[in-house]
Amino acid sequence: MSRRLVIGPFNRVEGDLEVTLDVVDGRVASARVSSSLYRGFEQILSGKHPHDALVIVPRICGICSVSQSVAAAAALADATGLAMPANGRLAQNLILACENLADHLTHFYLFFMPDFARDAYCGRRWHATVEPRFKAAVGDALKTMLPARADFLRVMGYLAGKWPHSLALQPGGTTRAVTPTEKVRLFAVLREFRAFLETMLFGDALENVSGLTTPAALDAWAAGRSSDFARFLDIADDLALASMGRATDIFLSHGAYRSGSGGDCLLPSGVWAGTGALLDAQLISEDVAHAWLHGSAPRHPTQGETRPLTGEFDAQGDKVDAYSWCKAPRYAGRVAETGALARLMVAGHPLLRALVAADGGNVKTRVIARLMEFALVVPAMERWAHALVPGEPFCNAWKLPEEGCGAGLVEAARGALGHWLRIEKGRIASYQIIAPTTWNFSPRDAAGVPGALEQALVGLPVGETERSPLAVQHVVRSFDPCMVCTVH
Amino acid sequence: MKLLWLQASGCGGCTQSLLGVDSRAGVFAQLAASGIELLWHPAYSEACGEDALVLLEAAAEGVLPFDILCVEGALLRGPNGTGRFHMLSGSGRPMINWVQRLAGRARYVLAIGTCTAFGGVNAAGDNVTEACGLQFEGEERGGLLGRDFCTASGLPVINVAGCPTHPGWVLDTLLSLQFGALAPDDLDAWQRPRFYAEQLVHHGCPRNEYYEFKASAQKLSDLGCLMENMGCKGTQAHADCNQRAWNGIGSCIRGGFACIACTEPGFEEPGHPFIETPKVAGIPIGLPIDMPKAWFVALAALSKSATPKRVRENSRSDHPVIAPGLRRKRPK
Repeated sequence: MSRRLVIGPFNRVEGDLEVTLDVVDGRVASARVSSSLYRGFEQILSGKHPHDALVIVPRICGICSVSQSVAAAAALADATGLAMPANGRLAQNLILACENLADHLTHFYLFFMPDFARDAYCGRRWHATVEPRFKAAVGDALKTMLPARADFLRVMGYLAGKWPHSLALQPGGTTRAVTPTEKVRLFAVLREFRAFLETMLFGDALENVSGLTTPAALDAWAAGRSSDFARFLDIADDLALASMGRATDIFLSHGAYRSGSGGDCLLPSGVWAGTGALLDAQLISEDVAHAWLHGSAPRHPTQGETRPLTGEFDAQGDKVDAYSWCKAPRYAGRVAETGALARLMVAGHPLLRALVAADGGNVKTRVIARLMEFALVVPAMERWAHALVPGEPFCNAWKLPEEGCGAGLVEAARGALGHWLRIEKGRIASYQIIAPTTWNFSPRDAAGVPGALEQALVGLPVGETERSPLAVQHVVRSFDPCMVCTVH
Repeated sequence: MKLLWLQASGCGGCTQSLLGVDSRAGVFAQLAASGIELLWHPAYSEACGEDALVLLEAAAEGVLPFDILCVEGALLRGPNGTGRFHMLSGSGRPMINWVQRLAGRARYVLAIGTCTAFGGVNAAGDNVTEACGLQFEGEERGGLLGRDFCTASGLPVINVAGCPTHPGWVLDTLLSLQFGALAPDDLDAWQRPRFYAEQLVHHGCPRNEYYEFKASAQKLSDLGCLMENMGCKGTQAHADCNQRAWNGIGSCIRGGFACIACTEPGFEEPGHPFIETPKVAGIPIGLPIDMPKAWFVALAALSKSATPKRVRENSRSDHPVIAPGLRRKRPK
């Protein structure tokens, strides 16, 4: 028996998402993921003064705003070969890490966990605890988490003026030098945030969490522990979340948080497909075979274009196979997944490597990776704050080149974000963006190969009366998609 | 009161901003404590897919009563007036149709952020998506709902403009409606709540002393006044950003960069690079609000010639290099 389900508006993700499922014998047989909004930022950027990109691109996305700024600043710097002073790089790391971790918090408490508080799970042994704690928009956890998140965002208040949409992130560093006292207060903000994480999210010191290296150690750590991470692990085992949502197990990361001296990244770039390899950005291409966009053959973003169809593009139109405003990025022609799990796979975190070796990338491992980043990155933030030297410069001057091209490859909360720009006669001649969710929620390519989420949904159980199957919701939200970035 | 929130073509940044509101137990607890019930919000609510569609349809048909409609994001009328650039997913219908239907049922309609109020960044460049605001298209009255649109409460669209909007502006507006403290007279000519729009960003500017002496920043990260060279529109832009902190401690100018007047219609196309001040014969063309040009020029010349060395030196550095002097007697 087969039927088709169209799920939308798919909420508790950032932006507009529609998922179409063909269900055969109670399982998802095929899935199509559609971004139903076109925004046109690449067209807006064309012809602008290059520096204006720093005003425009953060406004692609209010949840990945800083990541967009950092990518644009990196592309502009790359176009002129400009380097940053150590303070600038450290401040940029702090600002980017603040956004990425605040996003992880938003994802866990506001987007992802509320699904387990649904009435549909009321028979489960954990439901009586989880329901009042995580109920969407009213759960008790929010009363602590939201003020803690707001306090953590004071990092932005000190270093970036505001969040989202700051102009503090520049090709040559950051615009806001801190005083010695502000450095102390920044450190105090980070200590408070650590205390929140260690009390509520983990119930243990961050270093003890990041030191968990094997699945057995994780299980032993979680047993009997009362914390939100432990609660999630309990639910994950009960609902077999590790068996849901496997994609291609090819993981891609641009690398995040370069050291103050400009050396190694805290989380390096690379590709993991059973073994590790260096990232070769020349192997990235975008395919528009199933997008409502003009174009044919896949192109590297330096040659890319974004021109929307504007006429009849439904069934009777000339591009009948198109179903999304999202392009289909491929790495060496293959479908890759990006995000916190990809970062930690590439970085070689032993726990995530072992979990993925056993069950692949899935709902459980994606969430563990995100939470593990708190344990790894907050101590790094403390080190970066400590290393700031008030009185030393934060920003080098950028000079507009008449001609040039550059790439900015960074990591947003949701994964690999790339900006490619070309400057001609002092103006932006071309600006192409590949956002993390463009990778994860890509439509099919010209060969008909589905994107990462489309593959991850196949095989999931669908109850006879389910209109928005819960397993599907868990898998979709496990990627923490950002659709507004996707359809820039 | 019951609140319904829709996201049109925006970045979601105003929702993210609202989550950061300064409140003892977070924004949801604060709204609940004030008697505002969240009927549905795309980022927060449990209802997904068909459950959400049923709710929205009931609200649009008048079967499910609600009071406040918050729309976040520009309204896309393209391509060719079809609204096809933004379909509400799962519904097969353009978002602009949903907004028109729901706006007709609401007692209050709020445009959350500059995109929703005036079109904002979405309308920049050639505006290929035919983006507009709810009741304005840039400075032109009209927009999606038309110049004469008015809800049953007697209020037009309330433009909580800003890119993003400040969480306090949204919360104060909602609480004012809940407690009957927002009448048509409380909106300015751009239909923004006067409580924040009848301030200038310049009020409370932390670079006040540099402004007084026209001790100007020469490059990014300098401490000096950002008006003369760095594109700052704080003396022209309406908002209380330097009296109401962002993220506890910040503001654009505190962050070391120019006010780009993001609460104003048309800010997205300033006609000059954002961080460069347009000038004619060396004089900024964007003079402070209410200031005659001749006075400004005279005052600027005088104050430049009277600039203390401390102020001049510090204005060109990213940290103070000379501390204010000390007198041996107490201040008089």
